[in-house]
Amino acid sequence: MASPAAYTYLDHAATTPMRPQAVAAMLPFLSERFANPSGSHRFAREARRAIDEARDVVADVIGCRPSEIVFTGSGTEADNTAVLGSVARSGGTAACSATEHHAVLECVEKIGGHTVAVSAAGEIDLAALTATLQRAPDVTVVSVMAVNNEVGTINDLAAVRKVMRQHAPKALLHTDAVQAACWLDLRAITPHVDFLSLSAHKFGGPKGVGLLVARQDAQFAPTLIGGGQEAERRSGTHNVGGIVAMAEALRLTDANRAADIARIAPLRDRLVDGLVANVPGVHETVARDRKVAGSAHVCIEGIENESLLFMLDEASVCASAAAACAAGAMEPSHVLAAMGVARELVLGAVRFSLGVTSTEADVDRGIEVVAEAVQRLRRVRVTS
Amino acid sequence: MALSGGVDSSVAAAELLRDGHEVVGITMRLWGGESDTGCCSIADVDDARRVAQQLDIDHLVFNFTDDFNKHVVDPYVQAHRDGLTPNPCIECNRHLKFDRLSERADLLGFDAVATGHHARVVQRDGVWFVARGEDPAKDQSYVVHMLPQRELARTLFPIGHMTKAQVREKATALGLRTAAKPDSQDVCFITDGGGRTAFLGSRIPFRPARVIDAVDGGALGEVDALEMVTLGQRRGIGLPGGGPKRYVVGIDHASATVAVGDESLLLCDSLAVRNVVWAHQPVAGPVAVQCSAHGAAQPGDLARDGDDSNGNHSNDNEVVITWSSPQRRVAPGQSVVFYDRSNTYVLGGGIAVG
Repeated sequence: MASPAAYTYLDHAATTPMRPQAVAAMLPFLSERFANPSGSHRFAREARRAIDEARDVVADVIGCRPSEIVFTGSGTEADNTAVLGSVARSGGTAACSATEHHAVLECVEKIGGHTVAVSAAGEIDLAALTATLQRAPDVTVVSVMAVNNEVGTINDLAAVRKVMRQHAPKALLHTDAVQAACWLDLRAITPHVDFLSLSAHKFGGPKGVGLLVARQDAQFAPTLIGGGQEAERRSGTHNVGGIVAMAEALRLTDANRAADIARIAPLRDRLVDGLVANVPGVHETVARDRKVAGSAHVCIEGIENESLLFMLDEASVCASAAAACAAGAMEPSHVLAAMGVARELVLGAVRFSLGVTSTEADVDRGIEVVAEAVQRLRRVRVTS
Repeated sequence: MALSGGVDSSVAAAELLRDGHEVVGITMRLWGGESDTGCCSIADVDDARRVAQQLDIDHLVFNFTDDFNKHVVDPYVQAHRDGLTPNPCIECNRHLKFDRLSERADLLGFDAVATGHHARVVQRDGVWFVARGEDPAKDQSYVVHMLPQRELARTLFPIGHMTKAQVREKATALGLRTAAKPDSQDVCFITDGGGRTAFLGSRIPFRPARVIDAVDGGALGEVDALEMVTLGQRRGIGLPGGGPKRYVVGIDHASATVAVGDESLLLCDSLAVRNVVWAHQPVAGPVAVQCSAHGAAQPGDLARDGDDSNGNHSNDNEVVITWSSPQRRVAPGQSVVFYDRSNTYVLGGGIAVG
C-alpha cells in the first residue's frame, strides 16, 4: 500500500480528506468522552452539550435555526427523508431534475414521481418544471440539487422557488446541497428552500454523518423511528464524534471558503486548460461560469473512461467517471445522458475534482499522466 | 486474469502468481438484469474482490453489459425465435472474454489474458491449439474452441492441467474463501426461479404448436411454446407417460408442428456445420466431433463443403461430417467442435445446420 502522499488526489467530489481540526475534535468522543448523549447523568449531559453546540455552529453556517437541523447518518439518508418523508406525510408525489444524485432520483422513481429535463449545461429547465407542475398538480415536493455531483453545474434555486410559488405554492422545495458546501455560501441558498441535505465527508468531515435542514413548516415522516432522538425526527443513538467533527469541518469550510476558492479556481483552470492544450479532443463539459470552482469534468474523444481510469490508477492518479454500481463497474452517466452529451463523448467522460489540499503539482502531474495515457490508448487502438 | 468469483478462477489467479506473473484480476459485469447463479451478481463480484485481496492483487470491474446484450443476450433470444438451440456461453467467450476483454487487455498493456477454464493451450510444431483439460468430467475445451492463433498465443488457462478435485484442494490449502463454493450452472442471465420460459416469454411471443406422430401424422396433443421445443427433447411435450420412449424428431416452424417418434428417427449419417472457425487452418478427414458441452465426442469424417474431385474447395466455413456410425441429429444452432483423431486437440468448430 502506497502512502497517501504517493497519490495525486483529483477526486474531491467523491470524498475529501478530513481536516486535521475535525479529526482532533472528534477523537475525545471516540475515547474518554464516550457517553450516550440521551442518558441522564452528567457524563451524558457533557456529550449532549457537544451536540447542541455543534448544532448551533452548523445552523449559523447554513443560516437556519438550530432546531431546524436534523443530524443523520449520511447525505443519502437526508435526501431519502426529505423526498420520501415529505410525501409520506403530505401525500401526493415528487418531482426532481433528471440529473439528481441517485439518492434523490431513486426515491422519486420509487413513488412514480416526475423527472424534469435539464439544459445542455445541466441546469433544471424552468419551462419544463413549469409544465410538470401544471400537468401534475399533486406534486408536493420538488427536489433540485444545488450543485451537480458529476459535472459541477450550479442550479438557481431562487428561480426554482419563483416557478414553484406561481405553479405549486404549497409544494416543498428540497435541495441536495452535498456538493455545494465547499463552494457556495449556504446562507444564500437556505432562504429559498424547505429542506437541505449535507454530507460531512464532502467538506473535510468524517464519513457516516450528514444532516437534513427541515425548515419550521416543512413537515415529514421520519425515516427511522424508535428512541425519538432529534426531536422524534431521526431515531438512533447520536454519532457524537461524527457530529462534532462535521460542525468543525463546516465551520472551517465556511470561514475559509472565499480564500479557498480564490486559490483552487486557478488550479482548476490550469488543469482544464492544460488538458485541452496537451490532449487533442478534450471537451470541457460545462462552462466555468456555470459550475463550482473545484469541478473539472471533461469528455475525451476516442477513449473509454474505464481504460483511462485504469491507467491513471496505475500511475496513482485518483479520478473518477460516473457513479459506480453496487458491483463496482462504471455505469453510463444518467447526468450526461440528460444533458444530451453525445454517446461517444459519454464513453470518454472523466471527472477530476479539486479541493482544499490540491496543489499545482497535483494538477501538473494529472495533465502529464492523462496526456501520456490518452496517447497510448489511441496509439494501440489505431495499430490493433 | 478474469475473476468470476468462482473457485476455478480464484485458483487460476493463485497459479499465475506462483509462476511469477504480475496479475490484475478483472471481473466483467455482463448482465445488468436479474441473476442468481451468474457471474455478475453482487455476491460474486464481492467474492472476486475478496479473493483478489487475499492474493494481494489489484481487482477491477469492467462494465461490458452493452456488448453482452448485443452479442449474447439479443442473439440468444433471436435464435429461439428462429427455432434454433443456441449456446450463449460460447458466444460470451467468443465476443466478450476473448474479444472485448483481450482487446481491453491489449489497450492497457497486458501481455496475456487468463481465465479459469478447464482446458489447456499447447503449442505443437509452432502452432497453437486448445487441448482438453486434465479432468475429463470438467473439460471446457468445447466452450473455448473458437480461439484463433492470435488469441491462443496470449491466452493462459492456469488450471487446465488440474482436476476439479485438485483445484478445490489447492483453494482449501491456500485458504481461499471460494474453496467450497458450488460450481455455477446453466446460463448466467437466467434465474432458477423463472427459468428459460420466463426469460424468453417476456421477450418473444410464444406460439402454440400441434404435436403429431412422425410416422402416421396423427394428432397427439399440443405444446404452449414452439420456441421452447428442442430436437431430441423427451420431456415437456405433453405426452402421457408409459409406452416406448418418444422424442421430438422434427420441428416445423412454418406450420407450428412438432413431430415425435422413437429414437431411430433421430439417427442420421451426416451433419452439416456452418460458420466454422479453424484453430489454425482448414482440415479434412477423420476427426472426433463433440456436439454439446458435456456430450462425448463421436468419430466421423470431415469434408469441406464445395470440395471438388481435385480437392479444391470454395468455402472453408461450411463443412459436412459423415458419422462413422449413425448419430442422433443435432439441434440446429448448437455448437459443433472438431477434435483431432486422438480426441485431444481442437481443430475448429461451428454451428449445426441440422
